[in-house]
This record gives sequence, C-alpha cells and structure tokens, in this order.
Amino acid sequence: MSSKRNLELALIVAAGAITVGAYVLASLGRTATIPVDLLPFFGVVLGLIVCAHLVLRRFAPLAEPRILPVVALLNGLGYVFIARLANDIPDATRLPGQQAVWTAVGIAAFTATLVFVPRIKELDKYRYLIGIAGIVLLLLPLLPVVGREVNGARIWVRVGPINFQPGEFAKIALAIFVASYLAEKRTILQETRFAVGPLTFPQPKHLAPVMAAWGGSLLVMVFEKDLGSSLLLFLVVVIMLWVATDRLSYLLTGVVLFAIGGTVSARLFGHVDRRLDAWLDPWADPNNLGFQPLQATFALANGGLTGTGPGRGEPFRIPEVETDFIFAAIGEELGLLGSTGILIAFVAIVAAGLRIAIDTPDDFGSLLATALATLIGIQAFIIIGGVIRLVPLTGITLPFVSYGGSSLVSNYILIALLLRISHDGATRRSRQPKDDAQPTVVA
Amino acid sequence: MSRQIIRLGIGLMLAYLVLFAQLNRLQFFSAEALETHPANSRPLVEDFGAPRGEIRAADGTVLARSIDLEEGVVERQREYPLGELFAEVTGFVSFDAGDDGLEAAFDDELRGERNALSDGFRELLGGASTTADVNTTLSVELQEAARDALGERNGSVVALDPRTGEILSLWSYPSYDPNALADVDNSVARTARQNLLADPGNPLLPRTYREVYFPGSTFKMVTAAAAIEEEIVTLDVPVFPTADGYTPPLTNRAFGNFGGSTCGGPLRDLIRVSCNSGFAQLAVELLGAPSLVDTAEDFGFNDTPPIELPGAVESVMPTDFGAALGTDVELAPALAEQFDELPEPVALTDNIPVLAQSSSGQFDVRATPLQMALVAAAIANDGDVPSPHVVSSVVDSEGVVLTEGDTDPWRTAIEPETAEALREAMLGVVTDGTGRSLAVDGLVVGAKTGTAQIAESQEATHAWVIAFAGEQIESPEIAVAVIVEADLALGEQTGGRVAGPVAQAVISSWAN
Repeated sequence: MSSKRNLELALIVAAGAITVGAYVLASLGRTATIPVDLLPFFGVVLGLIVCAHLVLRRFAPLAEPRILPVVALLNGLGYVFIARLANDIPDATRLPGQQAVWTAVGIAAFTATLVFVPRIKELDKYRYLIGIAGIVLLLLPLLPVVGREVNGARIWVRVGPINFQPGEFAKIALAIFVASYLAEKRTILQETRFAVGPLTFPQPKHLAPVMAAWGGSLLVMVFEKDLGSSLLLFLVVVIMLWVATDRLSYLLTGVVLFAIGGTVSARLFGHVDRRLDAWLDPWADPNNLGFQPLQATFALANGGLTGTGPGRGEPFRIPEVETDFIFAAIGEELGLLGSTGILIAFVAIVAAGLRIAIDTPDDFGSLLATALATLIGIQAFIIIGGVIRLVPLTGITLPFVSYGGSSLVSNYILIALLLRISHDGATRRSRQPKDDAQPTVVA
Repeated sequence: MSRQIIRLGIGLMLAYLVLFAQLNRLQFFSAEALETHPANSRPLVEDFGAPRGEIRAADGTVLARSIDLEEGVVERQREYPLGELFAEVTGFVSFDAGDDGLEAAFDDELRGERNALSDGFRELLGGASTTADVNTTLSVELQEAARDALGERNGSVVALDPRTGEILSLWSYPSYDPNALADVDNSVARTARQNLLADPGNPLLPRTYREVYFPGSTFKMVTAAAAIEEEIVTLDVPVFPTADGYTPPLTNRAFGNFGGSTCGGPLRDLIRVSCNSGFAQLAVELLGAPSLVDTAEDFGFNDTPPIELPGAVESVMPTDFGAALGTDVELAPALAEQFDELPEPVALTDNIPVLAQSSSGQFDVRATPLQMALVAAAIANDGDVPSPHVVSSVVDSEGVVLTEGDTDPWRTAIEPETAEALREAMLGVVTDGTGRSLAVDGLVVGAKTGTAQIAESQEATHAWVIAFAGEQIESPEIAVAVIVEADLALGEQTGGRVAGPVAQAVISSWAN
C-alpha cells in the first residue's frame, strides 16, 4: 500500500521540478533574471500538492498513484503560464495570486471530498438530491439577481464578493446522478423493444434520460449561450448510456439529435452562428471575427517544434489567452513537444480513470469513474480542438491549466471522486483475494 | 461494461490522435506558411519591436534609438530625441509607412542578426543583441546653426569638410518629425504620413541630396575651372569687353546681365561681380561645350554621389548642344587681339545659344545642393572632389567596426593650380564682390553667389551661395552650399543678400 503512495510522491516531486524549472525559464526568458520569489514559489507548489498527497495517504491509501502527479504538473504549468502572461496583459497582475488561492481552495475541496465521501456508495443514496442539485446549479445563472452575463454567455453567479460558474459543479452532480440512475436501470435499458433497420431501441419511456439530457443541454445552450458546456454534458450522458447498455442506437440517436439541435440553435442565435463562421473560415475576416482563432494559430506556428522558450513568445497577442486560449500560449512557448506533452497528460488522466472504471466491480462506481474520466477528456478535447480550429470554439476552460477558480475547484473534486472510486475498488479486491494470497496487513 | 469502456478509451485516444495530427499540421508542416501568411502581422510586429542600434552625431549625441515599451504588443519604439533636426539624415522607420535615410540605408546593420534563439542565448549570457550603432560625422551645433539661419524658408544647407568629405550639416526646410512616423500606433503613423504627403512644402523630401535646382551663377565656378584647366584663360588674361549682355551666334536674343547692369574685365572680375555676358562669351567663343561638359562631369555632374543616404540623385549637365554646323565660332576681335597664340576655335553647333546660358547655370543645368557643396569642396581641396559621407563608422555590439566612412577622394576634378586660382577668385567675391555678406572675422572665406531665375517670365529666384572657409587659403576646412528656394511672394532674392548670411552663420558657428 505504501509503495503506491511512494511512487506518487516521487512523481509529484518530478512534476514539481518541471514546474519550478519552467517558472525559472519563463523568468529568464522574459527578463534574464532568476525570479526573486523562487523559494516561496517552490514551497507553495510543492507544499500544496504534498498536502493532497498526504490526504491520500490518510484517506485513500490504495488509490491510483499516477493521477495526482499529472494533475500537479498541469496545475503547475498552468500557473507558470498565468504568472508569465500576467506580466504582459494589462490589469492581470492579480491573476497569479488568485490562481494560487484557488489552487489551495481546490486542494481543500479535494480533501473535503475524500473525508466526507468515505465510500463512493454513499453518494448513490443521495442520487435524486444530487441530481436536483445539479439541475439547480446549471440553472442558477439564469436567476435574475445572482446570475451574470460575461462575454455573451450567462454562466456566472455572483454571491457577495465571489463569482463562480455553477456549471462546473453541475457537471459532476449530473454525472453522479446519471451514473446512479443507469447503474440501476441498465438491465431494463438493454432490452430490445423495437428495431429500425440494424438499430434497436428500448421502450420510449426508458429513453427519457436521453431526452432529458438532450433537452437540458439545449436549454443551457439557448438560455446561457454556452455551447461548450452543453456539448460536454450531452456527450458525456450519451456515452454513459452507451457504456451502460452497449446499445449503439443511443450514441447515434444522440449525435443526430445534437446535430439537429445545434443547427437549429446556430440559425436562431447569432452568438453560436458567429462562432461557427469563425471556425469554418477565419480567414474571411482575419482582423475581426477570425482574429482570436488566427492569432492562436499564428502563435502555435510561431512556436514550431520546440517553441520559443517560456517567456520568449508573444502569446499575449491572443485575446483571452489566460483562460480559453492558454493552450496556444503553451504551444507557442513550449512548441509541438510541449503541446503534445499536455495532450499526453490528459490522455494519461483519462486512461488511468478508465482503468479505474474497469477495475471497479460495482456498476455505479465503474460508470461514475467512466463519466468523470470522460468529462475531463472531452472537456480538454473540446477546448484544445477549439483553439487549434479542429472543432468550433467554445468558451470552456482547459482543466487545471486555465485561469479560473470554479474550474480548478470542481476538477479537484472530480479527481478526488475518481481516486475515491479507485481506493474503494482496490480495497474490495484486496479483501476478496481470487487465490490464496492473504490480504496485506500493515503493522 | 469493460468492453465498452475499452472501446471508449480507444475512441478518446483516437480523438486525441486527431488533435495531435492537427497540432503537427499547425506547428510543423504548415508552420512556415502560416508564419509568412499575409494575415499574420506577428513577424512584422516582432520585427518592428526588435532591438535596433543607435544613430549618433559626431559628438555622440543620440539621434535615433529604440526605447522599451511597457505596454502593448510591440516591444520597443524608435525615438528621435532631436526630432526634425536630423530627419534629413536619420530618416525614419515605420511599421507600414515606409522608411528613409540612414534607417533605411543601414537597416541590416542597425537591426543586426535576427535570430530569436541566439538573441535569447546572448541575453542569458549577459551580452546585448547583435545590433550595430551608426556613428555619423554630423555636428549638432552646425545643424542647429543651419536650421536657425535658414529659418522658415524652403531651402537647404550642406556643410562638409572638403579634405575628407565628412558632412557636418545636412539640413533642409521644411523638415518633419520622424517620431510621429515611427509611432507604434499605426493610425498615428499613417495620419502623420498622410499629412506630410499632403503638405505642399513636401517635408519628406531630403532636398540636400534628392532635389535638383538651377545652380545659377554658382555654376560659373565650373565654367571658370574648365577655362583655366584648358589653359585658355588665367584670372587676369584676357580682359572681356564690358557689356550689358552677350548675343551668341545663331540668335538675336541677348543673354543679359543681372539687373541690366554692365560688366566685363578679366576672369577674376567676372567671378567677383558674377558677370553673365563675360561668362557667356568665354563659354561660346573660347571654351566650347565639350570642355565644359567634361569639367562638369569631373566635378560629379551626371553621376550619383557616393553618399550613403538612399535615393541620392544626379546633378545634370546637358551633353547635347546640337549638331555641328561645320564652321567655327567667330572670336570677337577685342578678345582675339589679346592672345599671342589663338586658342583652338570652338565648333559652331545648333544649340550654341544654350551654351551661353549653361555657362551661368541656367537653362538645362540642374544641381543638388550637395553637388554644389562638392564643387566648393573640390576647389578648397586642391581639385579633388571628396567622397561625401555622413557615416564615420558602423560598430557592432562587440565593438567590431563594420564600415568606415570613405575619406579618399571621390574623383579629381581639376589640377591643384587651377583650384588655387579659383580659391583666389572666390576670396575676391567675399572681400569685394557679391559675397560680402559671408565675411567672418579671423577666417579666410571664399564664395560664389548665385541668383537663379526659375522662369524667364517670373521675378522669383533661387538664392544660392557656395563657399569655403578656413584658417589659411591653402587648406580650407569647411565647404558650404546654401540655397533659399524661390518664393513667388518674395520675388527676386539674390544669393549675396539672402543665401550669404545663412552660409555666414554656419561658418561662424563652425569657427566657434
């Protein structure tokens, strides 16, 4: 049991070293000086993540050891780039400090999740409560007093001095609800009731969750003008249906429905339509509509294979580079090698998450792990694909990397749940040895 | 469910492979095409904000430098601390409103090697960039003196060291503020450029080396040089008849003296009082077109001076004076009787009347102020035309001298004896002729004035003067050319009255 955590600690130290190295290089690249706050920076970076590590040692010692170090690396590199960009973007000097505070809050939330969810089964009991909470969170920004619209999307809530995006938390709550629902209903949903050509469909009333998810995501898209989150939620729900039932019809129906919904809303709402235009042909209007995506493209091209070096590029030329477009900044300054490294980091998290899903014997845990890993994987895919003009651009964050408190905190909670499932699975396996091996007892 | 989860994993992996493929396209395969794409202003902006060397006056005063900008996408902005005073020389660099002057001519050296990686390493190692600095020969004091003396009159002042060709002052009015053109804010730069282009005074034109004018009577020094060089005349022999004009062959129209005055005498006096009739007779009856053209070209006419500044233009001496008519010009008896041995007769050509005007720098003769300064310089420098240059050295960041000013003569115009005689004659212009306004206490000053009509029908004239000065007449240390352009509102402006004081002020400033 301690070998897993020792491996984790070693990897965390490696991630910390890479982060600190990047921080020093970024400073050298910008001003040819070693940053004055290097030691405190090193202390905070390592301190925070080692805290998370110690929490795991205490509360989930058998959890998968490879996820937290990758998270630490993404969070660390993201911070380095936010700090580096803050020097070049007007009015951004407060961003690195805020991101550091949010990281601390995120790790506190991570700890709280592991402490208050001792076994993942506990969540299953509160299925409907969590589901309702998810829907409330999703709709919160639409409320008159607290809801706020920023950059065309109404996804913010303001309570006192704190602004946050409840959608970031809603997605986890909805994943829990859907996993729980499907774990119970998967047998019924698998029953074939009628067929259309090679496709088989269940009884219409059991399609209700798919319809609900479709309607819900379109609702989000229409009222909050948030294409990214609706796409993410919708895809994850459809994928969960397919994983739970092995009915390809869900996947295909879902894609067709979303395509219809997307097309109609693009026609109806200029917000979505302009994004589509900018994606399809940014060159048509390179100084206006296509400006942001093209600046990101040029930044990436400028980076080339090995990048300009941290602090030596000009990513500040891309509007909103510190949030939606931080991947382009990394691609410019760390090159194809660095941007591919980020891809690999997300693939590693997704792979480890899906491995946890496979290794988890109970359906709820397995489905939830699948959902959480898919959430991270697809969210990163959507925003990276948007930045590199593979898919239409949507304003969602790159998990752990982009500036943004809600995203950071919710994703730390997500990782905590994933690790909780991992620990549960490992614990169960160690209690039910397949052969005559004795469970390990730690003195 | 494991099977689906594995499939999901494979699906997501494929999705990420597509991301990887697109990244390869953007960052590797199409990277170069994207970097040079016309919609990509990044390289231009980067280039515009890149480090760039300084341009300095002879005493080290900074004329152009790059200052770091705290905000915005451009890292640095070009600054010209003395503004319009040295625009003629520094020119400017702008983002998309062109460039000129030394900024354009020494662009490669000023910018140095543009390699982001090596720049980065150099900075890390504590070294500066590879940009080079351009040191010029220009004097801030002389430039200010020229500006102040010329005032708000369109015109030019050129001052140089006749021995080396080092240009001390290069000023023309109106000038412009290069700072506005170099502004990182494109709209500021473009507006400035549009306003300058719309200005009828044409401030962007460096008149000293890129504009030609009738040189008027200052050109008489070239005619005189040709005649002495050919050993047809000396300063004292022959004596030209006193007249109020000269009527060349093949025409009834007389080429009159300035203001209808009468003049004559030996060459010394013709120069002193700037006698058109005498020079016309000298050129038509004794010298002939080929000799005058040869000498003018020896002084640098019909050739581009080797100054480093871009776009320097040729001064023009017409070479075609018409077809030979098979007979010779008849030498006036009053002149003929003064020669023991008659000089080679001048062949009569179609356009011989034009030669009468060309000898006094009218008709088709055109010269830049720089070229006329070189005429004065050659006379001061024993007949050798110096290579005019504004750059003394170009030194890179490691102290290596990349370029040095050429102090060897550009060409030889006349023999030292001829030059000596011409200096003597020009001295007479200042002591007792049209150039008395140039006298400076304690200095030997020689000059030739010019008052060039811009059209026969108009009174307005360019006021010219070329001059040299120094401690001793044998080796003057400064040569000057001044033109105050014709102004219809002011009418007639004579070289001695209008241009002379400007040259005098510059020479005085230099002497102090």
